[in-house]
Order: sequence, then C-alpha cells, then structure tokens
Amino acid sequence: MVKTLSRRSLIRGASALTAGGVLDLTLVKLAFGQGGPQPDFTFAYISDSHIQHVKGAEFVRNWDRGLKRAVAECNLLNPKPDFVVFGGDLAQLGKKSELDHGLELLSPLRYDVKYVLGEHDYYLDLGEYWADKISPHYYSWDHKGVHFITLNSIVTHDEWTNKWSSGEERMGVMAGLDDPRGSPFMVGAAQRQWLADDLAKIPKSTPIVVFSHSPLQKIFKNWNFWTDDAEQVQALLAPFDKVTVIYGHVHQIQYNQIGNISFHSVMATAWPWPYPESYSQAENYLPVMTVPMNRADPFHERDATGWQFIDVQSGNLALNFSLPDNSPRRVAFNPETGMPEDSEFETRSIPPQMHF
Amino acid sequence: MAKSKFAAVLASIVGAWAFSASADEFTKEDLALWKAEYMAAVDVGRGVFTDPALGTNGVVCAQCHPNGSNIHPETYPKFQKQLGQVVPLWVMINWCIRNPLEGEELAADDPRMIALLAYITHERRGVALEPGKH
Repeated sequence: MVKTLSRRSLIRGASALTAGGVLDLTLVKLAFGQGGPQPDFTFAYISDSHIQHVKGAEFVRNWDRGLKRAVAECNLLNPKPDFVVFGGDLAQLGKKSELDHGLELLSPLRYDVKYVLGEHDYYLDLGEYWADKISPHYYSWDHKGVHFITLNSIVTHDEWTNKWSSGEERMGVMAGLDDPRGSPFMVGAAQRQWLADDLAKIPKSTPIVVFSHSPLQKIFKNWNFWTDDAEQVQALLAPFDKVTVIYGHVHQIQYNQIGNISFHSVMATAWPWPYPESYSQAENYLPVMTVPMNRADPFHERDATGWQFIDVQSGNLALNFSLPDNSPRRVAFNPETGMPEDSEFETRSIPPQMHF
Repeated sequence: MAKSKFAAVLASIVGAWAFSASADEFTKEDLALWKAEYMAAVDVGRGVFTDPALGTNGVVCAQCHPNGSNIHPETYPKFQKQLGQVVPLWVMINWCIRNPLEGEELAADDPRMIALLAYITHERRGVALEPGKH
C-alpha cells in the first residue's frame, strides 16, 4: 500500500509542540509500499524567504517569521523527509549579512539541505559568497532511483551583467520584479551543455526531477516569470519518460504539463505575489490548468505564504502545500490524465478565487 | 523643485487666461502641459513606491505589488472589514505604510501620498470603476 503524508500527521506534531510537550516524532514508523521499480519517499521544499537586512542586528521581522515557521513545521514532519530543498532567494539584496542570517534561521533543520540559487542571492557578487559558503550553483545527484538536477536558471546576458557601476546597483535593479531595466533569466549555453552531458549517462526510464529558481517555461515576461532558453532546456528533458520541474520565484501556486514534463511552483515563506492577470497592461501565459490560490488578504500576515512537502511515488510527484493562513492544497500527478491536478480545490468556487 | 514647477504651471494658467478668448477653451499646448504634469506625478509616485525610506525597514510597496497590481484602486472607496468602515484608498495605503513598512502615516494631501495615488491609478488605467467591489 502506498502511504501518503497527511496534513493530520503534521498538525498532530504541531499541537504537541504548542502544548509544550516533548514528542518523539520518529516513534511512528510508516511502511512505505513499493509503488513501482523505485521506492517511495518524501522531501520538503522551502523557498523565497527574502531575508532582508535593516541595520545592525535588525532584519525585517515579517520575512524572518515566515522562514522560522517553515523550519519549525518542517522539523515536525512525520515521516521524516529524506532531505529538504531550499528553492532560492534566501536573501533580499544578496548581502552576506542576509545570507548568514538566513543560514542561521535554517540551521535548526534536522535534515540534509540542498540549495537552489535565486537572483536575489546572485546579482550582488555573481554568486561568489553562495559558492564559497553555501552550495555550488548547479549540480546533480541520485537518490532512491531518481536523478535530481539543480540548475542556476537566473543568469542573463554578460552585456547586461557587466554594464553596472557596482554590484549593489545591479542587485537593486534585478531585485525589482517589475523594474523595466531588468533582463530576462536564462540557463545559458554553458550550463545547457553541462546538462546534456549529465543526462547522457542516465537511462531514459529513470525519473528526472529538476530544481530551478525561475520557471523553465514562459509565463509572464514583465515579472521574469520566465526563462529565455526554456524551450532548449525542455528539449534536453523531453526524451525521458518522467520529468518534473520544481521552481520558486513566483510566490504563488502554478502547475502545468508540457509533453512529458510536469511543472510545479512552490510558495514563498516571505510574501505572496499577485497572479500576472492582475496587471492589466501586459499579456501573460499562465498555464490554463492552474487553479489559482485565493487572492491574498494583507490583514493576515502569513496569508498566501507557506512551504511544501512532496511525495515521490514511482517517480511521480505530489506537492502538499502547508499554508499557515489557508486551507492546505495538494497538487498531484494523475497518471490517468497525465497531468498535475488539485482535485479538491478546483471544485471550489468562492469569490477570492477570482483574480482581477 | 515642486515650487518652481508650481510657478511654471501658474504662469501658464495666467498666460492662457490673458490670451485665450473664452474660459471654456484650451489648446493642444495646454493638454500637453497638463499631461506632462500628470506624468511627472506618476513618475514621482513610482519613486515613492520603490523608496526604501518610505517606511523604516527598507521594505518597498513594489515588493508585494509589482506594477501596483492587487491594489485595485478602481474598487475604492470600499468597506474594509478589518478597519470596520468604508475607506478611500489613501487610508489603506497608510495601513500598508504602518504595517509591512513599519513606517509613519502620510497626510492625505502629502505630495508623496498624491504621487502614490497617481502612480497606482495610472497602472490600472483603462479598468472600469467598481467602487465597493471585493
């Protein structure tokens, strides 16, 4: 039998914590069934924390709170995830103080953490401190029959990167989502060659999971919900039977299916972003199958933010969204329709679902 | 700068008054000038909207509202449950300045507030008015 994680197991741990009880979360051992040739497992995903330095030892309280909460909840997961992915934008302006403080807030995690580089971590020093202190910019590894790949999808043209008088100026421009002086993200030729070489060793039946910060599909250029060489990256992934791409950056729930590739976004712990259609002056290509989350209510500080735990079953992924101020959502690949679905949420029809 | 601009506008108004035949006529030059004045306020507003010094913690309006989206100026005045009353947009802007930005409220006629309203409304141009909508 395939056992999926329930919200209840998380809540049980959380209420025990609130009550001040000491709970051995490893007490319950769940037998995971063999759903196919690959064993089932879970991992967790925390993204877009945007830790922002104010001055001295002061950081923006709201963003700190989002990350702290995700870390605390993640530690209560039962069964324990095999690892955690941090999906990029740990910092707001790429400062060492922000990255260091972010790492400190992540340090209570009891699991191995894999890191994805975001543009807010990169454009101050072009990822030098990140590579030195946190993680390589792109890499791959194998885990329980799945081939995982982390890409740095937020580089852009050298001409743009080198035209600024300082790293601070460059970072400031790229940090503005809607700043017209920005430049489209891309994976770039060198990394695409690395990816092609990496994939050449992998049998086509091996499930592939790719982590990137920006969507490896084109949704909305105005806010860089966009990767300029998305089609070329998709072409490298197309020959494989099961491919899933997970991306951050967009601070909202999106999902899509292009050929054999399933796409999922993850939530931010910091703040939500409006869906592209709410900007009336520009065209967007939000995947039609995406059932949007509700419009965010600013009076609830954690509304439309969160993190996720992910079931991997026979190489197919199901994203469970843990949303402090909203009903949880589960977007799972449906082998019958061949696309990701949120069967519960899409039947709802309430006013906050209407974006305008 | 604002004062000298005001003086220029005043001069043009006085000039138009002196030379135009009747009160209800205005020229293409007038239209261009008024448009330029409006766009200048929009530009100032974009500056305020992205100014880390508007609040106290460096957070800017554009961080949550790229291109002024999800503010919906066309739906104000409207009832805000959490404020317990019908409010115009500038009251809600002050809520944002106080809370996410941890800053001090602006007066309704503060030039920065007027510029913010100009920018936010400009980004929603063409959208029909729907006061009271949620």
